[in-house]
Amino acid sequence: MKNYLGGKWGIVVVGAVIGVLASLLQFLGNPGNMGICVACFERDIAGALGLHRAGVVQYMRPEIIGFVLGSFIAANVFKEFKARMGSAPIVRFVLGIFAMIGALIFLGCPWRALLRLAGGDWNAILGLLGLAAGIWIGTRFLQSGYSLGRNYKTYAAAGWLMPLTMVGFLAIMLLDPQTAGVDKSKLLFYSIEGPGSMHAPLFIALGVGLLVGFLAQRTRFCTMGAIRDMILFKDPHLFSGVAALLVAAFVANLALGQFHPGFEGQPVAHTVHIWNFAGMALAGLAFVLAGGCPGRQLFLSGEGDGDSAIFVWGMITGAAFAHNFGLASSPAGVTPYGMVAVIIGFAVCLFIGFTMREKIS
Amino acid sequence: MKEQIVDARGLSCPQPVILTINEIKKVGKGELTILVDTDTAKENVSRAAKAQGWEVKDIQPEGNTYRLTIIKY
Repeated sequence: MKNYLGGKWGIVVVGAVIGVLASLLQFLGNPGNMGICVACFERDIAGALGLHRAGVVQYMRPEIIGFVLGSFIAANVFKEFKARMGSAPIVRFVLGIFAMIGALIFLGCPWRALLRLAGGDWNAILGLLGLAAGIWIGTRFLQSGYSLGRNYKTYAAAGWLMPLTMVGFLAIMLLDPQTAGVDKSKLLFYSIEGPGSMHAPLFIALGVGLLVGFLAQRTRFCTMGAIRDMILFKDPHLFSGVAALLVAAFVANLALGQFHPGFEGQPVAHTVHIWNFAGMALAGLAFVLAGGCPGRQLFLSGEGDGDSAIFVWGMITGAAFAHNFGLASSPAGVTPYGMVAVIIGFAVCLFIGFTMREKIS
Repeated sequence: MKEQIVDARGLSCPQPVILTINEIKKVGKGELTILVDTDTAKENVSRAAKAQGWEVKDIQPEGNTYRLTIIKY
């Protein structure tokens, strides 16, 4: 079946649609410059499940559920669903942990870095430069033969597990809803203040998530691949989608009165430049070594890639570590433990990059 | 002439493209066969081959695999 969205203009249109939808999600209640943030939302899910107890960041984000299920639907409609796994899963899990820790030092994943920039948060420039630097390091490993090895076809049911998990999360949310002003339902934790308490209406967030998941599966939208392919191949394909997202979100923010330029006082952000840079550099390196940005990993998990699902669970686990051990930054700045964690993260990622190389003959 | 095959099945992005470009640079011209097993890799390898001035002559689905034939005279 011809992939109409896979072409040059498909990805530009989809990037722009995602940018506008993200801006709208913020308008409808999501936190500032956080219409969509894969890392933040997975962190909120870790909180909703009680894996960490940071009271201000606990919410079962329907956008993430939608990302996986939208991709699952697209992959099935277009007969691209392929259950596969077995490419160094424990390495991917560890990369997920440190990708999340790096992202929570900066306070956002590449998606949010773009949206922060589109909202006028100039600290995002440091984050994006760090992201590019981390990706550049990763491309050196790729060019010298870095590989986590092949995955293998497996039972279709194994590929269904991640989408089914998301159906389960949604069911819990619907059957055991939040009581306004109460921080816990029977099963899930809910923030009653802070970013976790700010969210667009459930069904709108879910609908946007489904649409984005569907479109991103068709176009292979990837915020890390965008920069990686420019560095490695001078291929602007994915980059054009990311650029469209940035421009569209900026225009939408202007229209909705959500553009507030400056470094100081930005929502869910700090101004410690060196750690904004270093946190995202760590995340960027981990994303390259794992083969996709956090959004792309969700979309891949929806089309049957069990290794990407493991990476996602690594990120959720990393969020739990980040908040339980006081590694995550806050608007007040970076913590000493966070700085140490970034250094350990770099050591682990470099160890993986240097030792897991096949000689390319 | 022995058929030149790049087996990129099961590899994460962007390794199928890197392997293809490495082989293209090695042989310079002629005919190459690339094996991939996802639609994403199929699209990426095709785009990369065209960018290198090669022509995608044929894409043949074989079970779980796509067999891409690329050519440059």
